[in-house]
Amino acid sequence: MAVTKHGEGTSRGKATARTEATARTEATAVIDRAGLDALIKTLTADGRTVIGPTVRDGAVTLAELDSADALPWGWGTELDAGHYRLVRRTDGAGFAHSSGPQSWKTFLHPQREKLWSAERGPDGALTVRDERGEQPSYAFLGVRPCDLRAIAIQDRVLAGGRFADDGYQERRRGALLIAAECTEPGATCFCVSMQGGPAADAGFDLALTEVISDLGHRFFVRVGSEEGARLLAAVPHEVADMDTEARARGGVSLARDRMGRAMPPVDLRTLLGASPESERWDDLASRCLTCGNCTMVCPTCFCTTTEEVTDLTGDHAERWQRWDSCFDLDFSYVHGGAVRTSARSRHRQWLTHKLSTWHDQFGSSGCVGCGRCVTWCPVGIDLTQEVAALAAEREGADDE
Amino acid sequence: MSELPVPYRVIGRRDETPDTVTLRIEPAGEALGPFAPGQFAMVYAFGRGEIPVSVSALLPGGHLAHTVRRVGAVSQGLCAARPGSILGLRGPYGTGWDLGQALGQDVLVVAGGIGLAPLRPLIHAALADRKAYGRISVLIGARTPDDLIFKTESLLWPTAYTGVTVDRPDRGWTGEEGLVTRLIDRARFDPAGTTAYLCGPEPMIGATARELVHRGVPAARVRVSLERNMRCATGHCGHCQLGPLLLCRDGAVVGWDQAEPLMAVREL
Ligand SMILES: Cc1cc2nc3c(=O)[nH]c(=O)nc-3n(C[C@H](O)[C@H](O)[C@H](O)COP(=O)(O)OP(=O)(O)OC[C@H]3O[C@@H](n4cnc5c(N)ncnc54)[C@H](O)[C@@H]3O)c2cc1C
Ligand code: SF4
Ligand code: SF4
Repeated sequence: MAVTKHGEGTSRGKATARTEATARTEATAVIDRAGLDALIKTLTADGRTVIGPTVRDGAVTLAELDSADALPWGWGTELDAGHYRLVRRTDGAGFAHSSGPQSWKTFLHPQREKLWSAERGPDGALTVRDERGEQPSYAFLGVRPCDLRAIAIQDRVLAGGRFADDGYQERRRGALLIAAECTEPGATCFCVSMQGGPAADAGFDLALTEVISDLGHRFFVRVGSEEGARLLAAVPHEVADMDTEARARGGVSLARDRMGRAMPPVDLRTLLGASPESERWDDLASRCLTCGNCTMVCPTCFCTTTEEVTDLTGDHAERWQRWDSCFDLDFSYVHGGAVRTSARSRHRQWLTHKLSTWHDQFGSSGCVGCGRCVTWCPVGIDLTQEVAALAAEREGADDE
Repeated sequence: MSELPVPYRVIGRRDETPDTVTLRIEPAGEALGPFAPGQFAMVYAFGRGEIPVSVSALLPGGHLAHTVRRVGAVSQGLCAARPGSILGLRGPYGTGWDLGQALGQDVLVVAGGIGLAPLRPLIHAALADRKAYGRISVLIGARTPDDLIFKTESLLWPTAYTGVTVDRPDRGWTGEEGLVTRLIDRARFDPAGTTAYLCGPEPMIGATARELVHRGVPAARVRVSLERNMRCATGHCGHCQLGPLLLCRDGAVVGWDQAEPLMAVREL
């Protein structure tokens, strides 16, 4: 495939022509692997920290990338409840893997963050200093559509209310999002049944769809913002041809029907809201280790706690924030003891929050169907099955 | 979480009980936005941490009072503060009592133990504008006579009725004995035209609220203050969830109509 370099003006012009020709409102293009590499180099030259998928320690993790070579070319993933394994692919695809144990919250809402420090002067005076400092300007490459939705959910939680988490808000404002649509959903994926899908519909600067055929290895690109258009203009790209576009859209559309799992088609908000006394929680509690892995890997789980750290002089103190989990016994501690001591109540809190009370608190579900919690649960607890059991129990109760 | 604590200076300190202290504080620099009765601040004890503490009086000049019971590391640090000590404060947070709901109505305040502290600014506000309300009654319960706070002050409140009862009287006690619900009979109020404000241990809140609703006070007019662990108070840490509520944002004061079904679920 021949890729020619365009000046900004011409590429804009062609993109517009294309747009008119297909009566679509968005600009599209095609880039190849070299174009992807140029994208990373351009972003780096712009002072951005580029984060994307790469193979490390037997998993696809998210890490800083300096070239497209670091992407997981030729790697796929084999998933199941409590199971994750890298597998070789013969087609050399770079985005045919499913979500790994990390999500973008690792960068937008980091595991540990220093919030402020306090000095005590000789006269007892208190000086408090904001310690968040300047935040990195990220570019995320390969954001899955489920994770785009997860980011939008965390936006509402951490920056959409009366108070904003300043650190999060600043990192988020500075972040450029390059989505990678899904053509190879994993066995634990169920985004479609959570009203999402393998196509990126909003919230990206550029969206890529990987296409591999005898015509070559290339990426169909859709532009989602002015920033995305500027970026595309700066790298070698071509006008999108019919074949690439058709294969891209077709691949994503097929993926929609190949989800590994599905959430039962019930009103989750109502079901979970009505099930606090369900017997299923006891069964679940007998299997759950309350390890909190599911909350760590979940891209929307946002809970944190704070730590107070003092130095030896005793006149300097720091306030740190770190991820916390509702599975932790201390999470609900009030003077006299924890509110949620049983595994039953802690798992119920997590699942009910995700699927029901999240709507009350933040106006949407807290689950995007990425499947991470299913994959990374050491005992293979699968929330789609738990919901099916809760629904069956409820139906049985209604029938009586 | 995003707001930074601002320094407040301790200008007065009084021991209320062997484990409870009232601190009067003034802004050491800029003052925080005005607090309403029932709202709380995140109060920082240097090197120890921050805890939610309600305002126990709103004083002229942006001065505040906080009444703190010593139960752990941070509250101990706050109780150890002396005049001149500097604390850090963030706030105001929470919904507040909303005395406006009680305009033209009888006002019934029911407190258990330290729960009287968050109610005190409400009592002050109602008494300062007595004509705006019907009969104002205050019912106070405590475990022992030693656990009663604002003892002298509460005797002087010009209410229609102020009752005090203790669970475990000592030898010198000549007052009422038993749970605070027993005092409900002593207060005169028209249930259908009453707004009640409750703060104390959860069992006391539950028993009192149920009794008041039983007598005809509308559940939404029984306002209760609830407690959960809080790390941020800005709606981001997830700790203060009670079902659909984030208590730092949707509470800590909520109507009993909302609280009852939630409190009925064990370990919610
Ligand atoms: C809205 C609200 C208003 C409050 N108003 C007052 C008041 O006016 N006076 C008063 O004495 N106390 C009040 N409390 C309770 C007070 O916040 C706790 O007693 C305090 O957090 C205990 O912290 P500690 O470090 O001293 O104790 P520890 O028991 O060592 O606590 C360890 C940590 O657990 C958390 N924690 C423990 N108990 C509670 C609790 N009951 N509520 C919330 N978090 C808790 C705190 O974050 C604390 O840092 C209020 C609580 C809330 C939620
Ligand atoms: S609950 Fe599980 S499937 Fe849903 S978003 Fe979180 S990790 Fe993904
Ligand atoms: S569901 Fe699985 S991952 Fe989550 S706490 Fe229980 S055992 Fe751990």
